[in-house]
This record gives sequence, structure tokens and C-alpha cells, in this order.
Amino acid sequence: MKKNLVPLVLLALLAVFPLVVKDNYYRHLMILFLMWVVIGSAWNLIAGYTGQVSFGDAAFFGSGAYAAGLLSHHFGISAWWGLALGGVAAVAVGLPFGWICFRMRGAYFALATLALNEVLRHSAAIAEGFTGGMVGILIMPSFVSKVPYYYVALALAAASMASIRWIVHAKPGYYFVSIREDQDAAESLGINTHFYKMLSLAVAAFWTGVAGSLYMNYMGFIDPDVVFSLHDISIMAILVGIVGGVGTVYGPMVGAFVMVTVQELFRSGFFGLFAFLGRATGSSAVEAVAKTITGAHVLGFGILVVVVILVLPNGIVGDWRKIRNAFSWTKTAT
Amino acid sequence: MAFFRVEELVKYFGGLAAVNGVSFDVKQGEILGLIGPNGSGKTTTFNMISAYHRPTSGRVIFKGQEIHRLPTHKICRLGIGRTFQVVKPLGRMSVLDNVIAAAYSRVNTHAEAQALALETIGFCGMTPVKDQLAKSLPIAGRKRLEIARAMATKPELLLLDETAAGLNPTELIEAIDLIRKIRDNGTTIIIIEHIMHVIMTISDRIHAINFGQTIAEGTPKEVAANQAVIEAYLGTDYA
Ligand SMILES: Nc1ncnc2c1ncn2[C@@H]1O[C@H](COP(=O)(O)OP(=O)(O)OP(=O)(O)O)[C@@H](O)[C@H]1O
Ligand SMILES: [Mg+2]
Repeated sequence: MKKNLVPLVLLALLAVFPLVVKDNYYRHLMILFLMWVVIGSAWNLIAGYTGQVSFGDAAFFGSGAYAAGLLSHHFGISAWWGLALGGVAAVAVGLPFGWICFRMRGAYFALATLALNEVLRHSAAIAEGFTGGMVGILIMPSFVSKVPYYYVALALAAASMASIRWIVHAKPGYYFVSIREDQDAAESLGINTHFYKMLSLAVAAFWTGVAGSLYMNYMGFIDPDVVFSLHDISIMAILVGIVGGVGTVYGPMVGAFVMVTVQELFRSGFFGLFAFLGRATGSSAVEAVAKTITGAHVLGFGILVVVVILVLPNGIVGDWRKIRNAFSWTKTAT
Repeated sequence: MAFFRVEELVKYFGGLAAVNGVSFDVKQGEILGLIGPNGSGKTTTFNMISAYHRPTSGRVIFKGQEIHRLPTHKICRLGIGRTFQVVKPLGRMSVLDNVIAAAYSRVNTHAEAQALALETIGFCGMTPVKDQLAKSLPIAGRKRLEIARAMATKPELLLLDETAAGLNPTELIEAIDLIRKIRDNGTTIIIIEHIMHVIMTISDRIHAINFGQTIAEGTPKEVAANQAVIEAYLGTDYA
């Protein structure tokens, strides 16, 4: 019971958030945060627990987004149906891919995921008749208010985390970590490593695809470069996983919060701080810096990863004790 | 019908015949010692039995069933466990979690797996270190973990590849005791070992190979007195 207390309190707080905070800007950021909890948890399952690092999460995200978008575009079926279908579409992409590529180990698998994403991105761009090509897909949003989207995102974040927590504490979880630690040893212990890697990938792809469909519904617009983006989706997913702590259940949630905040800091030029300084000083140099910083979030991500790996190699959740000790030195110094 | 048998096993790596026509039987309940100089093909033989390598030719038969086309994980589930000469601990898992992962090959719920793992850890004398990370164990602990993990898969036949190498005299005695206890519990064993007094005291029969081929088989006494074995180990000058 005590073990479930923290998540339940957290869930309750998140549930009342849109009732308390009426500002649409913060609601928007929280929807993004919840979406990244789903994606980060999924990436963490296949990469953090199972040790099969994916550089191509956007392949599953984009598949889910396009499944929902195309459903609505071609058949006039609400893209909300695409939530489940998006997950299934991503699994349909992931399983044959895993079947072939899990024969490769380590960096080869990671590179193959990268290739998968590129193949899908180009396919979506080329198949104009079906996908709309580079023009993308535009659908009518179902709601004007952000609140319904918020609760759907919250439900998906809670469901994805709960399902993954359940899996990693049961037999498959032990098998995933065994595969990560030593695949040959795992085989000798009766673990069908190929099957369990596929299982891990299927669950991860499913949730990533669901997140993609959520994105389609919420944003109302996708194109190949947005949903199959290497840096905005695939690398962001890796960062969410690493910053929070790989192989921990709550790591991706912390990582998602940090990364969405950092991303927004850069996108908004530190909430307009640099733009303000530029206007205040009238200096063109400061204005130039402001513009550069706004566009430099990828660089900022890179620096953040280096810092995290150097200072907190196990992520914020994995190195929590280290962080706590660093801040409580006055008490322990006696 | 033999409990376990390999027939004319051959394994080529490129042009090199690591194993070149090895055959032997193992009776249920016995300890068979597999000896030979470095590079003579002992580990390769184990790797073919547990399907890390496909034999170039030959057959492996366990309780009347041909198993040399099955994948490694199925061999484990059929009841053949193994340890690795170069130990393969699941480093960032505790000793208990290592053994739980193995126990899941026989049971499905966490409670059952944990119970079986704790029992096996107790049997192998690892209870005091059960919560340590596997990578923090010294070599003797790692060798013992290899055995504990294999035992949690409830093998009828256990392949031990140099589990006594690198142990000090006290640890060696403990290791021998454990291996005897495993046999007394009804598990058949094939053991590879370089330390002569270990293999001589523990084995019921010994199969000796050199350059991938059988050079002798018999009781420890017979094999120790065998001319070909003495030559293989000491060189022709001493024979
Ligand atoms: N995967 C492999 N690829 C190529 N050659 C190999 C491979 N595994 C083993 N060999 C070679 O096969 C021969 C037999 O090796 P093996 O490991 O079976 O010997 P061993 O009897 O276990 O020796 P040791 O007592 O040193 O452990 C050696 O010459 C070795 O170099
Ligand atoms: Mg060897």
C-alpha cells in the first residue's frame, strides 16, 4: 500500500491540475509532458530494461500518428479511434522489423532503427496520393478546450506507466534485464531471447504509437518531417530516458518533466528573457544571441546529456541518493 | 538407451577442427570428467551440447531425443544446465535476481520463482551474499553463482566448465563438496577441470581428449596410467 501511495498522490495532483491552472499555455506544456511520459516509458522498456537501444523511436511515433491521421482523412473515422489503432500500427511496423533486426546485437540494432525511421519518413513523403506527402495531414480538432486532451493524455501516461511497471516486476521484466546484462547467459537460463526482445519491442512500439495518435488528435496537423523527426522525437525520447534514469520505472516521468521544460526554455528564448534584454539594451549582439539560443535547443540537449552522463550517470532517479547526499551535506558533515 | 550420449561430434572453425569425432555416453547419476590440454576442444564440446555452436556433424542425444538442432533455451528447458568457463554474471542484478531469472524457467509466478531461488541459493551456500550485486562478487562467488543459477533451472544433467579454476584451497574443498551434494541430489554431471586431484577424486569415469579427438576413457585410475594421456599432458619427452 505504501508503495502505491506516492504514485496515487501524484495522480491525484495531476488530475486536479487543469481545474486549478486555467492558463492554456501551462496546460499545453503539461499535455506535452504527459505525452513524453508515454514515449519515454516505452523507450525505457526496450532500451533501459531490455538493453536494445533504439535511435528510431520516431518510426513508431510517426506510424501511430499517420494511422490516426489517415483513418480520419480517408475514411472520415474520428482520429480518436486511431489511439488504439495507432498503437497496433506501430506494433505492425515493429514486429517484422524486430524479427529481422534482433539477429543483430548492440550498435547494429540501434543503427537499424535509425534506418527504419528514415525509410518511413521518405515513404510518407513520397506516397503523396495516400499520405498527402510533404503537405501533411490536417484534421479538424475535436475540442476547442485543452482539458479533454489533458485528461486523455493523463489516462495514457498512467496506463502506460502502470502496464510497464507491472511487466518489469513480473517474469518478462526479469527476462528483459537478463537479456540486457548478458544475452548468452540469458539463453542458457532457458530464456528465448529473440521472443522476449520482440515482446519488449511490441509493448514499447505500441505505447509510442499511441502517443503518436494522441499527437495527431491534439495538434491536428502532421507531416513527415514533424512526426518522423530524428531530433525532435527519436533523440528527445533518448534524452527523456537518460536524464530520468534508464531502467527505473519513474525515471522517464522525471526525464519528461525536465526535458519538456528545457525544450520550452530554449524554444521561448528563456521565456523571452533574451528578447527582453535585446530590446532593453538595444544591442544587436544580444538580439543575435537571443535568436541563436532559440534555435539552438538541439545543442542545449547535447550539453545536457554530457552533463548528466558525467555527473549523474544513472539519471536523476537512478542517482537520487547521490543528489540527496549532495544537498544534505550540512547534516552529515558532523 | 543411454541417458545422454554424443556421437561422432565434429566442429570446424574455418579450417580448424576444434572437435573431430568425439563420442561418449553418460549414465544417469554419474559424474563424468572431461579432460584434455588447453585448446583440446572441451569447451567447444559443451558449446555444441548446449547449442551455442551447431555441430559440423554428429549427434547429441538426451533421454532418447536428438537435441542438436534445438536452440539453447530449449536445451535448458529439456533439463540440461550449464556454467560458463568465462563467467557470465548478470552484473547489475543481485545474486537473488540472477537466480530468480533462472527459476522462471520452471515456474511462472514471482512468489514461486523467489521461493525456488532462495532454496537454491541456500543449497549452494550463497545466502549471506544474496542481496549483493553479481558484479561485486569475487571470482569464487561468481563461479558459485554460475552453479546456483544453473541449478535453479532444475537440470537433470549439469555441465560444469572449470568451476574450480582460480579458487584457493579452502574454496576448492567447498566447491568439491557442493558438486558432490548436487550429484547426491540426483543430478548427473559432466565436469571439465584442469586441477588433476579435483577431477580424479570427484569423477566416476573420465573421458580424455586431445586435438579434438578421444585419447582415453575409463576410471580415474586407468586414465591416469594411460600412456596417451601422460604424453598429452607432459609431452612425449616425459613418457
Ligand atoms: N568461436 C570460436 N571461433 C574460432 N575458434 C574457436 C572458437 N572457439 C574455440 N575455438 C578454437 O577451438 C579450439 C578448442 O577450443 P576450446 O575452447 O574448446 O578448448 P578447451 O579444451 O576448452 O581449452 P581450455 O582448457 O583452454 O579451456 C581452440 O583452438 C580454440 O582457439
Ligand atoms: Mg575451455
